[in-house]
Amino acid sequence: MSGSRKLLLLGGMALAACGMLYGLHFALFREHQTLDRLGGSLAEAFAYAAADHLPQSNAALDAYASTKYNYVRQVDVHSHWIGLAMLMIVLGAAFERVHFRETARFKIALAMLIGSVVFPLGVILQTVEAARGLGSALAIAGSVLVTAALALTAWGFGRARNDGW
Amino acid sequence: MATIAANPLTNVFAPMSARRLLVFGGIALVAAGMLFGDVFAVFILHPNAGRQGEALRAAAHAVAAKNPAAINGIFTGLGGVLEDRGTKVDAHVHMIDAGYLALLLALVQPFIAFSAARKKALAAGFLIGGAALPVGIFLIHYVGLAYSPFAVLGWASVLADSAGGLLIVVLVAEAWGYWKYLQAPHRQETPLPHDTSWAARALLSGGTILILAGFLHGAWYAGADLYKHEAMELSILHTMISAAATDNVSGASAEVTNFGNLAGAHAVNIATHSHLIEFGLLAMLLSFVQPYVLLSERWRRRWVMTLLGGSVVLPVFVALELHLGLIAGGIADLGGAAVLVALLGMLAGILRYTGNLDATGAGA
Repeated sequence: MSGSRKLLLLGGMALAACGMLYGLHFALFREHQTLDRLGGSLAEAFAYAAADHLPQSNAALDAYASTKYNYVRQVDVHSHWIGLAMLMIVLGAAFERVHFRETARFKIALAMLIGSVVFPLGVILQTVEAARGLGSALAIAGSVLVTAALALTAWGFGRARNDGW
Repeated sequence: MATIAANPLTNVFAPMSARRLLVFGGIALVAAGMLFGDVFAVFILHPNAGRQGEALRAAAHAVAAKNPAAINGIFTGLGGVLEDRGTKVDAHVHMIDAGYLALLLALVQPFIAFSAARKKALAAGFLIGGAALPVGIFLIHYVGLAYSPFAVLGWASVLADSAGGLLIVVLVAEAWGYWKYLQAPHRQETPLPHDTSWAARALLSGGTILILAGFLHGAWYAGADLYKHEAMELSILHTMISAAATDNVSGASAEVTNFGNLAGAHAVNIATHSHLIEFGLLAMLLSFVQPYVLLSERWRRRWVMTLLGGSVVLPVFVALELHLGLIAGGIADLGGAAVLVALLGMLAGILRYTGNLDATGAGA
């Protein structure tokens, strides 16, 4: 089995397990509390407004927005890690049909692996105040890597078809 | 018509083997998840959105009436409505994803260095976990915290989390089996053959293009609209509450409509992104099992075209829902139904293949 396929299959399985572990940890220890906080702060915002305490209402709304910002990204990390892992395993099964030299295929597989790890990692770093800029940079770089790797793979499949595959 | 005799690799679908369990179980999970998603979209999604709007309007009225005591009850109800929607979306997504993972594991079975019995036990464990996880998620809304000894986790959550844990254990074990194979490569079963048929090539290249389109759409939405939508949501809520606090109920009600439209725009974009990628993955996965779809070439092509056509129609018309309304939603649902029918058509072809294999004793 070629190095590129090994990288995609092993990397995909490891990444899927990481995504699932993250999701399990989040569901067990964080999600219910986060959802309670989300609903609670929105209810507080309305309740304070009903009691004519608008500054407190605004603060509660800001807390709602901040909690939702974090929640959306935490769920995104779980789904993107597992989704990208599944794509890596599928590509690993068909990668010999990408008609490039093995060195080029290995670089594409490596770009796919690095992008698949880094893109969701960047998304979750966006929830850490001190690392928000770094998180955005990593998320953009990771998504560019993954998209470029997939575009090259699609091109490789097309080349394969021209070669009579 | 494809024949079994034409394919010498008859040991790839041995009766009750891990691979056969994973292929059938995986397709069944994907089909069940899609059916559930279609039913959810047609009968639950829109009424649920309406109930969310009603709850927010009631909350705005309570603010205008200076009645903070009513707020808690309204938001408890709203929390239930959101949980109802969220758990159904999650059940749909997790059932389909478990199906995809089962199909993926079927592909890599020749490279897992375990005995046939252990591989079968792992496959059975994965399918049990894959079925129990969405069932547990679905039941969270209905079971709640009844008879639960935990502060925030109900029994349905315990079922879902245990099933998720089982999936992780199986996946780690499969990764270990693959690692063992890499140390001493020796295959016990034949890999799926390289199929050069039109159907397999169309599914592989069509799937790759769908995933690429999904990536580009997601990148465009994250870059152009996601942050704008998050800021707009906060702004709408501020305006809604301020209007209600000054007894401007009609202004607050207009903001509730804006809030609903914004939530709709966000949901539509996420659904377009995720469905493009999921259908692309499904098409690629199905390209690998085409040699075992025992149907005439004409019918194999029909199912491939139906699947790829539905895979384009659903996300495109979901995206158009904001402009065309329920007509687009209806067409999108038809696209989902087309994918489901094509999937069942291919499953029927695989059942014919394995049935013939078992009848002739070739797969034993």
